[in-house]
Amino acid sequence: MLRKTLAFATAASAVLSGAGIMLSAGPAMAQNEQFIPRLVYRTGAYAPNGIPFANGAADYITMLNERDGGINGIKLVMEECETGYATDKGVECYERLKGKGPTGAAYFSPLSTGITFALTEKAPGDKIPLLTTGYGRSESRNGAVFAWNFIAVGSYWTAADIAIQHIAKELGGFDKLKGKKISLVYHDSPYGKEPIAALEVRAKLNGFNFKAIPVTHPGVEQKSQWLAIRQDRPDYVLLWGWGVMNSTSIKEAAAVAYPRDKIIGVWWSGAEPDVIPAGDQAKGYKALMLQHGAGQFAVHADIEKNVYAKGQGVGKDTFGQVLYNRGLIDSLIGTEAIRTAQAKFGKKPLTGEEVRWGFENLNLTAARIKELGFEGMLAPIKFSCEDHQGADQGRVHQWDGKEWKIISDFYTADRKILDPMVAEYSAKYAAEKKITPRDCSKEK
Amino acid sequence: MLYREAGQFKTSYAADMAIFPIRQDRIALIILLLFAFIGIPLLAHFQLWPLGSDYMLRAILIPFLILALAAIGVNILVGYCGQISLGSGAFMAIGAYSAYKFGTGVHIPLEFIGTEIKIAPLPVLPSILLGGLMSAIVGILFGMPSLRIKGLYLAVATLAAQFFFDWVFLRVKWFTNYAPSGSVNAPELSFFGYLVHSPIERYLLCLIFVTLFALIAKNLVRGNIGRQWMAIRDMDIAAELMGIRPLYAKLSAFAVSSFIVGVAGALWAFVYLGSWEPLAFSIDRSLQLLFMVIIGGLGSILGSFLGAAFILILPILLDQVPHALGVPISVETVSLLVFIVTGALICYLLIVEPHGFARLWSIAKEKLRLWPFPY
Repeated sequence: MLRKTLAFATAASAVLSGAGIMLSAGPAMAQNEQFIPRLVYRTGAYAPNGIPFANGAADYITMLNERDGGINGIKLVMEECETGYATDKGVECYERLKGKGPTGAAYFSPLSTGITFALTEKAPGDKIPLLTTGYGRSESRNGAVFAWNFIAVGSYWTAADIAIQHIAKELGGFDKLKGKKISLVYHDSPYGKEPIAALEVRAKLNGFNFKAIPVTHPGVEQKSQWLAIRQDRPDYVLLWGWGVMNSTSIKEAAAVAYPRDKIIGVWWSGAEPDVIPAGDQAKGYKALMLQHGAGQFAVHADIEKNVYAKGQGVGKDTFGQVLYNRGLIDSLIGTEAIRTAQAKFGKKPLTGEEVRWGFENLNLTAARIKELGFEGMLAPIKFSCEDHQGADQGRVHQWDGKEWKIISDFYTADRKILDPMVAEYSAKYAAEKKITPRDCSKEK
Repeated sequence: MLYREAGQFKTSYAADMAIFPIRQDRIALIILLLFAFIGIPLLAHFQLWPLGSDYMLRAILIPFLILALAAIGVNILVGYCGQISLGSGAFMAIGAYSAYKFGTGVHIPLEFIGTEIKIAPLPVLPSILLGGLMSAIVGILFGMPSLRIKGLYLAVATLAAQFFFDWVFLRVKWFTNYAPSGSVNAPELSFFGYLVHSPIERYLLCLIFVTLFALIAKNLVRGNIGRQWMAIRDMDIAAELMGIRPLYAKLSAFAVSSFIVGVAGALWAFVYLGSWEPLAFSIDRSLQLLFMVIIGGLGSILGSFLGAAFILILPILLDQVPHALGVPISVETVSLLVFIVTGALICYLLIVEPHGFARLWSIAKEKLRLWPFPY
């Protein structure tokens, strides 16, 4: 009986003490701080890719605090929340963090297409911008409908278009695409399905045969997919994987002797954790670059000096990797949006709504990018009320067994093809959700 | 002393058969319901502790209520009728996607016979209930094997339902209205022209559903049909010899259970997530629901609530403990610790009380009756 009493007491005290802790207010924050929530995944099937991104994003913010004392004297405070790439956990993290700090969250950057979709429904009500650098709903480029989404630098449709352009260049012209077979091996989730629409349009336009081959989450079982590829012998395979799926795909391609240099991964399938586990089999594998690749630039020297020298960094072992650098860019765009907004609203902690204005008026010119230490990683980006993407460029790099080598110049996605799609799908979304598109000509 | 029914005489059959025959229970329940229906919305409205922000409502109470509803559904099948099911996630998905289809308009082109089926978009309430109905129909279909196979073999058959519907909602584009990403958005929550939008309204909506279905479930399991289910659970051959039809009893348990789980799925999608993909109803969800029922107590409506609270809320609480105490450990260590602590607690609780929280609760009540003068 005593044991049962004990069990009861354990259960009750666990719940009560937990409740007490959760409900008691967290550490009080000073009034002069800007809160930046960080949804991360450092555990689970996608952790190998989630960790470097989270490290980069965190190190850049720490660097701003250490070097400049924040943005214009406003200290940046961040808090991580582990989502494990799960949508419901991501929503819980969002609810937990959105109200923290003197003015609430500045912006959210979930690094998960699924969480982005869920938060797209919630962000307008809370007036908090969503920064999705290189992922998320492709049609959210249309800022008139998706007022709170910023699909910075590139969407999956941009990526699909650039991949086809690169294939055309390798073949020697768009006319050579006719009759060719291009297959897409994709993660069977909103993330992997996004490019299909753009690729179908391109297939019709350029006359190649397009086939989409799904891989079930988390993507460790791909035998049948690659057997189908061996039978079908497509000229190119596009890879839209994430986490452990990427290296598995490369290994399976090697097992069926599909040439790796005919595989082109999206920019989420082109980082070190994707190729290193596959060892020599990954040699020759190509992937898109979200403009930047791996390597160290001026900003890295700053981080080395201001963060690591003081023993504050979190990402030493991922320093300069592709996804680490993408984390830097993610935080760069978010913090520059805050800086832009401060120029209008004053040097104080800003609300999500004010930060949105900062995003919409953010203009990263080549000179400014150089000043920030990102020269060589980024081309100019300019957001506006209508255009929440800001850039359309990408490159291709190839893994030589040791490091990523850039093998192409900048491609620019064809907006003549993509813009009508953005308009069509965002109009459909607006109709479904009964959203009246904003009139951007009236916004300052 | 406080909790003693001495002197409470039952003078009518109705009093004898009441859901809560003890007066103190009734008073406690009324207070709880008043607090849930009036107290919490008031606290939230005036932003008083502990509902100062809408975090409590949106991230804790709403998912708790919906999952508790689903756990009630699973408990009817697993706890009362003894049919192990690993397909609850699939039935939630069926509820969610059917409600979505009814809410956005159904269109089935039947070109080969030159006609088509067209249903205009329905309001949200009928959509959710029809979602439950579709789930019930599929539940009956997948319950058929239970007439032949038992125990773990049946669990495998329901697992088939789980994987089949994961596949269907991923691959059959018709269900997602041909959305390019395969992710769908819930329609506006409009009830009789009234828009349910704020967290308080959403919470009340879930609370109404949960209260109603908990009441219905409680009455079902007390009545004729519930006794049939329990007889089948305890020994199906003996039950059959006593004149209980296994076909009717088992399939009705599958139908009622799937209906409730389906409604919970529709609520999960419409009210909590707002936008979802099949991964929201994966095998993980099925197992989560099954654990809720086992830890809460098989064959207990109250246990469903306790189990849902434990499985859903405990990890969220544990996750926040180190940060709230100001312990500087990284998020990945915290989330791994949460797994370890939750797992260890589950093992410990099941060792000391294999019958779950509901049993602990009834022991506590027994003790309270004797307090302060135990034998």
